[in-house]
Amino acid sequence: MFKREKALKSKTKYRSIWADIIGVGLTIIIFILPFYFLVVNAAKGTSESFRLNMSPPKKWLLFHNIGKVVSDHDWHVLRSTYNSFILTVFSVFFLVIISGMTGFVMHRKRNRTSTVANWLVLTALVIPPAIVPTIWVLQRLHLYKTLAGMIAIEVAYGLAFAILIFRNFIGTIPKEIDEAAIVDGCTGWNLYFRIIFPLLKPVTITIGIIATAGIFNDFTNPLYYLPGDENATLQQTLFAYVSRYSTQYNLLFSDILYITAFPLLAFIFFNKRIVSGMTAGSIKG
Amino acid sequence: MKKKGIKSPYASSLFWPAGIIYIILFFIPTVLSLFFSLTRWTLQEWEFIGIENFKLYFSEENLRIGFRNTIIYAVVSSGLKVIFALYLANFLSSKLRSTGFIRSVLFFPTLVSTIGVGITFSMLMNPYEGVINNTIKSVAAVFGKTTDGPGWLVDPNLLPILSIAIVDVWKGVGIATLIYIAGMAAIPRDYYEASSIDGASPRQQFYKVTIPLVRPAMFSVIILSFVGGLRSFDLIWAMTGGGPGFISDVLASINYKQYTSGYYGLSTAGNVILFVLVSVLVFPLSRYLNKKEVVM
Repeated sequence: MFKREKALKSKTKYRSIWADIIGVGLTIIIFILPFYFLVVNAAKGTSESFRLNMSPPKKWLLFHNIGKVVSDHDWHVLRSTYNSFILTVFSVFFLVIISGMTGFVMHRKRNRTSTVANWLVLTALVIPPAIVPTIWVLQRLHLYKTLAGMIAIEVAYGLAFAILIFRNFIGTIPKEIDEAAIVDGCTGWNLYFRIIFPLLKPVTITIGIIATAGIFNDFTNPLYYLPGDENATLQQTLFAYVSRYSTQYNLLFSDILYITAFPLLAFIFFNKRIVSGMTAGSIKG
Repeated sequence: MKKKGIKSPYASSLFWPAGIIYIILFFIPTVLSLFFSLTRWTLQEWEFIGIENFKLYFSEENLRIGFRNTIIYAVVSSGLKVIFALYLANFLSSKLRSTGFIRSVLFFPTLVSTIGVGITFSMLMNPYEGVINNTIKSVAAVFGKTTDGPGWLVDPNLLPILSIAIVDVWKGVGIATLIYIAGMAAIPRDYYEASSIDGASPRQQFYKVTIPLVRPAMFSVIILSFVGGLRSFDLIWAMTGGGPGFISDVLASINYKQYTSGYYGLSTAGNVILFVLVSVLVFPLSRYLNKKEVVM
């Protein structure tokens, strides 16, 4: 019995080396080469980048090119970086606060409001938002073409998914904790914000990361609800620069690289957190 | 003064912020869209024209292509994600040394700008100078053959929408894999021990233990990626802009084109059509999947 197991183990070990090599090789070809392509072409001179190949640049002009992109068009990229940051930070903050408390009452209160809310969450996950009527509503509220309006939209569109994950996670928190707090006179908003919310840290991080990536990279919604040059987010700028840099691919790639730098930094610093957080908070059916 | 609730310490007012935002910015516009889709609309004033918008929408020649593309795109991209991510998650749940590396790399594209990914891949897929076709050409040259390679994004048939769907899989397979990994982590180890005592091979364990028990995660992946596929716009817009011509248009991009041309009523009608299409496909699908789960 032991012998057999040992033999089996060495066989699987041998196999696993091959699996490792093939897995890493494929990952590099499929997932890393496109990024390599991006970096080398962002670092090339204009005529060199026009050939669109994988060869390393004759001279590394990466920072020169990025500097050019950032200062171009009257420092437009900096302005849109600011817009993107404001939009992302405030949207994620409000989204996390609001959806957590909703998920909490939805799980704990078993009444008709909860049933309706549950149904609304599930439908909101599926149906596409009605875009032009939303613009009409935003205009009536004087929120159209404003960052505040855009933040409200991002919160509204992110609610369903965030509430769903919060609600599932809150299901794993024993009701006895609420009861102990209630006996001590802690109810209502206090009960949630002082007792429950601190316990939701792992899932809050998960939702924060997903929402940050989603909102920072959102192109479609700002396209409709936040038009205008001075309102442009980084994604809008990038898209506009496709035609502006149609003869200067190196600058176009530099812009992509500049935008990618933010998630890349987050990824390098929080990699473990992100992946474990993602698994901790993911959906149970 | 509020009465101190003895029966419910859970404040209903915790519903309000989400409820108010949802009603104003999601529910009301959705209801309004049913009305405005029946009007000629300038955003300032409207004129009721009945179902003219829908008639016009359905008589457009590119609509048929848009419908077809929307469904093909959603089915292909979600189907590939469901299958690839399942095998990837199984591979990454093993005890191999490379799993940490592969897992992080696989996940990274989900954090990256869709527009950036779209632009980069449209360059890689360039029919004349692109890296992919150059590679194909040189591989073919090794075998003594000459080929131009496929026109990934410029082909006059189905290829452009399929190419974009593949890029969507490239970008989104990481999230799908993570959902599967979480589902697999929840399967009790006992099942694997018991089945290996009974002599089941790893392959048998994968098909007879893992797949049936990972079903809830699989259903989440199916629904999320299918809905995402039906509604997707940004990747298509960044890679082809619906072109060449209308070849790679989907409903969402047609609606955007109507919107930029100032046909707000028509665009809203398109929105309602997309709304109906998504509901008709997804709600029965999710009910079917849920039923299957209960039978399990």
